[in-house]
Amino acid sequence: MSEKLTAKDFTTSQEVRWCPGCGDYAILKSVTKALADAGASRENTAFISGIGCASRFPYYVETYGFHTIHGRAPAVATGLKLANPELDVWVVTGDGDSLSIGGNHLMHALRRNIGIKILLFNNEIYGLTKGQYSPTSRVGTTSPSSPGGSFDTPISPGQFALGSGAKFYARGVDTDKAGMSDVLQQAHAFEGTSLIEIFQNCIVYNEDVFASFTDRKNAANTQLHLKHGEPILFGENKGKGIQLNRDTLELEVIDASESPDDVLVHDEANKTIARLLIDLHTPVALGVIYRQPSVSYEYTFYAHHPSRMKRTKSIGDFIKGPSSWSVE
Amino acid sequence: MNKNNDVESIVVRLAGDSGDGIQLMGSQFAVSTALAGIDFATFPDYPAEIRAPVGTTFGVSAYQINLGSGPITTPGDTPDVLVAFNPAALKVSLPLLRRGAVVVINNNSFTDRNLTKAGYDADPRDDGSLSDYQVVSGDIGRLNLEAVKEFGLSKSEGGRCKNFWALGVLLWMFDRDLESVETWAKRRLAGKPTMRDANIAALRAGHAFGETAELSASLPQISIAPAKAEPGEYRSITGAEALALGLAAAGELADKPVMFCSYPITPATPLLHHLARLGEVGVGTFQAEDEIAAICAAIGASYGGVIGVTSSSGPGIALKTEAMGLAVNAELPLVIVNWQRGGPSTGLPTKTEQSDLYQAVYGRNADTPIPVLAASTSGDCFEMAIEAVRIALRHMTPVILLADGYLSNAAEPWRIPNVSTLQPIVHQPVPDSAESPQRRAFARDAASLGRPWITPGMPDLMHRIGGIEKDVTTGHISYDADNHQVMTDLRMAKVDSVANFIPEQEMTFGSDSGDLVIVGWGSTYGPIYQAARTTDASYIHLRHLSPLPKNLGALLSRFDKVLVPEMNTGQLSTLLRDKLNARPVSFPKVTGQPFLISELVEKIEAMTKGPTS
Repeated sequence: MSEKLTAKDFTTSQEVRWCPGCGDYAILKSVTKALADAGASRENTAFISGIGCASRFPYYVETYGFHTIHGRAPAVATGLKLANPELDVWVVTGDGDSLSIGGNHLMHALRRNIGIKILLFNNEIYGLTKGQYSPTSRVGTTSPSSPGGSFDTPISPGQFALGSGAKFYARGVDTDKAGMSDVLQQAHAFEGTSLIEIFQNCIVYNEDVFASFTDRKNAANTQLHLKHGEPILFGENKGKGIQLNRDTLELEVIDASESPDDVLVHDEANKTIARLLIDLHTPVALGVIYRQPSVSYEYTFYAHHPSRMKRTKSIGDFIKGPSSWSVE
Repeated sequence: MNKNNDVESIVVRLAGDSGDGIQLMGSQFAVSTALAGIDFATFPDYPAEIRAPVGTTFGVSAYQINLGSGPITTPGDTPDVLVAFNPAALKVSLPLLRRGAVVVINNNSFTDRNLTKAGYDADPRDDGSLSDYQVVSGDIGRLNLEAVKEFGLSKSEGGRCKNFWALGVLLWMFDRDLESVETWAKRRLAGKPTMRDANIAALRAGHAFGETAELSASLPQISIAPAKAEPGEYRSITGAEALALGLAAAGELADKPVMFCSYPITPATPLLHHLARLGEVGVGTFQAEDEIAAICAAIGASYGGVIGVTSSSGPGIALKTEAMGLAVNAELPLVIVNWQRGGPSTGLPTKTEQSDLYQAVYGRNADTPIPVLAASTSGDCFEMAIEAVRIALRHMTPVILLADGYLSNAAEPWRIPNVSTLQPIVHQPVPDSAESPQRRAFARDAASLGRPWITPGMPDLMHRIGGIEKDVTTGHISYDADNHQVMTDLRMAKVDSVANFIPEQEMTFGSDSGDLVIVGWGSTYGPIYQAARTTDASYIHLRHLSPLPKNLGALLSRFDKVLVPEMNTGQLSTLLRDKLNARPVSFPKVTGQPFLISELVEKIEAMTKGPTS
């Protein structure tokens, strides 16, 4: 048995080239630790990325890595996973990479449920091209390409995912080690496409855009850490809860100590509640919001494949076609 | 009684509505022709619409077949026999026919309504416009319905059997038995016993009808001697079938699975359909969400150690361009098949053209060289698929294989090769060294500049690749100015090195020096070959377009004139001027139709009759 690897074993010698203070550093740490904790093998792990700040990630992980082209990482990862389903395939992408230029590939990876883990670093801005508004930027975002404030309606990664047929959608905050560790482990164990939206702070172009709920001082009141089968509680001493208003079909904050029976119990297989949780703004839902166990695309691909890609017959058995004739 | 006509070769054209089953009738006639040992070439010519409005000229679907004692390399210039199912089919086909051709007409479709739809003011059967032809008109529709009456089909269901009825007549004309068609119908329609029996009854009725024809004129019976072919086992094959088998064979020769990733597009889709049935030979197919995903998934598959292949037609290839650059930069093997069609944009999806040569050779951002090959016949698609994979693995590079819409669908007899006698396909082994995996991944072979194919899952060889420029030796990201020059030169040198591995160019026909040489590429092989034979002109047909064979320049310099016929505005001419400083005379044609032998002969004669230099 080989010795158990540590986070350090998953770190390359490459000098990391993100801006000092970038949220990506914390995510990199969480991921290398999660790989070690999961007992992942370096040679059977591959990180595939597109283009953007986040997409430099593969250079810093001591596994196989492929830095591809803008928006297409899910497609490359799909081909890789089909070629070798034994691999642990991760996609690292950003909000521009996955929801603008690569929206189509993200959608189709999710609906197929191909066995890849997608880390979507959402900082609501284009960082690498120096700060233009992105498809997740809020209306009114001022940027070099929107000096008067952006007016595009932003896309919700969670609603996009569920609408595309995603079977696993979770959220984490870049600097929240415990929360990140939890969602990374669960995403890793999921059979199919697991999408983690990570709220990532771009300190240069969009600093503190998530501060309203990531600020540690008030995190207890602004973050909802979901656990399957447990009541949805938050606040100091877990004094507040979430209930479903059955008249308006909206989620509401209630005093958990007054009416504990009205507090919703998190059922991660409930898509309707998941949609409501995604749209909740205060508090913001974190952890595994939706999970629906299913068979993966590659499982079905191989189950349906007559030879499991192994060549059980020779081309000579097919080359003659339906009818042939001889010339003496 | 009809007198027998012994002929060397004959061109038959079948034409009707796109819902009349013309393509099925034609392909079954081709199979019967093949089994009779007669050489042939076919040309399915159909509209872009699946079911165009009934009775219109733009809804006409046609199938042309040239058959004879051989060698037959084209579907023929001018049909000798036309079977026209309706007035529109007659109107569209008539200008193509040889004067004196036999025209078989279905009387029942010559209604006022159909004549109007076809744009006829008067019935062409009565106004003398068919006086140059031997018209054989019969009540095909009515006779067919009578033949299938006993099966209790509706009028429209029964009417759908008339292609089998007409096929029966055609088989009688060519003295064929019905066995191959009946066997096919029994297999294909096994789940629909009534339709199966009705179609077979229609086929037999049509065949019997030949003997006892109640027709306006006698139906000729034609006999053709079997072709003189090299001994061996033969089958009928289309380019799409041959390319599918070639890719599967290449996988076997390389001992690797093949992953074919594509998005449906005309006329490329038949390849996907054929490969989807070759799973047992280790072929996987993935229908991607778009053209870009298709090539990216193929790149991902190659990265994972299987042979990644994608295919499309011009517009789809344009979308794949950025990803081709990635495969070049990451030094991964990949095969990109382009079934060219008429363009630009959507253009003429079902018509053939060879106008993507610039795109293949020059059409990428930056200095991004990719080897380019072209298949010349349907059967050649098999060999060129193997050649494309061989180059891709040896040099660790994407390879573009050009075919076209004509080759995709056209059938010809093909001598079945023995795959076990072909050379295995190899790639660079992982170097046994103490260097870092990142360096070992880019330790290139000196002759081919191919790097080792190190894939995820291999222990202790973890490394990173990507689209960013990398250091020539360490493989790490590098923005160094001199290194970029070195890497750019290396990518060029790698593709140039392919010329050291491919065979020298041979004369395809004729003497290797003289006044005029014709240079062709792709599916124009058939008509150019016949034109060269007719005029005794020298002929060079290229299968490697980038890099060109090393001796090509020297070969061309032995001729005073170089004639380049091609189905574009002169793209190979440009390439020959660019690469070899040649001074070719371009003979372009972009009508969506293959070259006629006659137009090539005329051009050659015009060029050779002029004052000699």
